[in-house]
Amino acid sequence: MVERVLLKGNIAIAKGAIAAGCRYYFGYPITPQNDIPEYLSSELPKVGGTFIQAESEVASINMVLGASAAGARVMTSSSGPGISLMQEGMSYMAGSELPGLIVNVMRVGPGLGGIAPTQGDYFQATKGGGHGDYFNIVLAPASVQEMYDLAIKAFELSDKYRNPAMILCDAILGQMKEPVALEEAEEVTLEAKPWALDGSKGRKPQFLKTLYLSDGEQEAHNLELKEKYDRIREEEALFEGKGLGDCEIVVVAFGTVSRIVKTAIQMARKEGIKIGMIRPITLFPFPASIIRETAKKIPRIMVVEMNTGQMLEDVKLSIENGVKLGFYGRPGGGIPTPEEILKEIKVMLDEEGF
Amino acid sequence: MKKVFSRPKSLVDCQTHFCPGCTHGTAHRLVAEAIDHFGVQEETIGVCGVGCAVFMYDYFAIDAIEAPHGRAPAVATGIKRVHPKKVVFTYQGDGDLASIGTSEIIHTANRGESITVIFINNTVYGMTGGQMAPTTLLGQKTTTTPYGRNSSNDGYPIRMAEMLAPLEGVAYSTRVSMHNAKEVLKAKKAVKKAFEMQIAGMGLSFVELLSACPTNWRVKPLEGQKRVEQEMIPYFPLGVFKERKEKNLNS
Ligand SMILES: Cc1ncc(C[n+]2csc(CCOP(=O)(O)OP(=O)(O)O)c2C)c(N)n1
Repeated sequence: MVERVLLKGNIAIAKGAIAAGCRYYFGYPITPQNDIPEYLSSELPKVGGTFIQAESEVASINMVLGASAAGARVMTSSSGPGISLMQEGMSYMAGSELPGLIVNVMRVGPGLGGIAPTQGDYFQATKGGGHGDYFNIVLAPASVQEMYDLAIKAFELSDKYRNPAMILCDAILGQMKEPVALEEAEEVTLEAKPWALDGSKGRKPQFLKTLYLSDGEQEAHNLELKEKYDRIREEEALFEGKGLGDCEIVVVAFGTVSRIVKTAIQMARKEGIKIGMIRPITLFPFPASIIRETAKKIPRIMVVEMNTGQMLEDVKLSIENGVKLGFYGRPGGGIPTPEEILKEIKVMLDEEGF
Repeated sequence: MKKVFSRPKSLVDCQTHFCPGCTHGTAHRLVAEAIDHFGVQEETIGVCGVGCAVFMYDYFAIDAIEAPHGRAPAVATGIKRVHPKKVVFTYQGDGDLASIGTSEIIHTANRGESITVIFINNTVYGMTGGQMAPTTLLGQKTTTTPYGRNSSNDGYPIRMAEMLAPLEGVAYSTRVSMHNAKEVLKAKKAVKKAFEMQIAGMGLSFVELLSACPTNWRVKPLEGQKRVEQEMIPYFPLGVFKERKEKNLNS
């Protein structure tokens, strides 16, 4: 039975986490994601879970690291400055191959910035973020339903690859309410984690570490990690395609912006302009091949983001020479309107004499 | 013949990387003896800080994890909350616990996590080559206090065992030394007591062990032990600063 309820995006993530069998949350308050810890502080104890309001985001991520090492499904959530403070811990998690969900309800920066919606943390999320040669798995929901679904998916991918996973969203997705189909709650049976630390009863003692000092050891470790990231790239890229069959231009946009682009597409159709859209759902792995293949047929791409051009770089790397690439971005809390997006698209088409 | 001395089961039979006169090895042994004493080798998870003791997982025959520098108490919190019945301890140096990790130790103590914290005070950053630690004594020369630690520039050596004792979540806080056999025996009792407190679920137990770092102090191994006795103990008095007899029943 599927139950449909009206939910705020932040709550949908929290509910998704519980549905995925996450029973541990460690976090420190910051707007615009406070609904997540507030909801979990009331709900986790009811399902035998643990909620701790940590003393800082540094402590939060290290509690996540510990609970993950102990074999549990565990999460934290934060925004802007808090996510920055977690980067060292996330690097250790990647290095010691520990799963866990980190939710980033982005706020504008640099610095304290403000709580307005933005996509300014794209680089931090998708390029590692902390020190060393690693990647997080990054999922970008565009609806409250996806806040729920991708929270579950994030735990699955994170466990499957023993790698930290991040949900990258913004205050619009976190605060807006939409109907969500919740899967019927059933007991989740999690796969055994033979690498977890629980005392060494009946087996040899084992350890988790990131320090490799002897000759070539760290390089071998990094190459193993690379092999894992390549497998993730190969197997897990997700996107939504819209109107790609008969369009003159393709917009690439993720999260909140993709919703606005959909309105622009409808407006354009009325004027006889056919716009398609590729919406990356996974930002790492980036769905490069669909963008490459689409651009071969429709060599006009417009990237729209709420930043000064971050995903733009991944799109550039995905396409071959000869593709016309445009960009429209609104940083610092500015939200692009459908009219603005359509205007930019028309300018680009006009330049080509369309 | 009766066997009177042997390697604790919880220690791996190997050579350590510790320098001559360093007391990390002694502290390792005391921890392993306590684990053996309570028969919890297969129930114990160790969390090492970053410092000279980062190779704990090579030396202890128990499950172990390396925490980011200073964050061992937060990592231990995560582990203990998932496995409340297991024995969890951190092993941290003075840079790790009393400088970069002050926030984590204070709040972990304040939450009363039932973990044991083994704190090695050697008045110096060993692993990174002998820089000033928060515990460096006034006047002590280190590679970053070449003229001696000066309170007007560097503040004062910090006394962690005293500082943590008043926190409600702390069940046991003590300072011991390892500079001679008699003191090592006292230290052994303290470490055992700390694990006993944890097993009884009393709250956080904290043992500060005064330790020698002859290499970075630029002295001979024996002189190192003398320095602990003559210079460290007068500033870092030995003793029990807190010992709770009953569980905290506050909800
Ligand atoms: C975030 C971070 N900053 C700095 C370091 C470098 N570092 C490694 S160990 C250490 C100090 C170790 O001293 P202490 O904790 O006193 O332990 P000891 O080596 O003396 O046993 C430092 C500063 C690090 N690993 N991580």
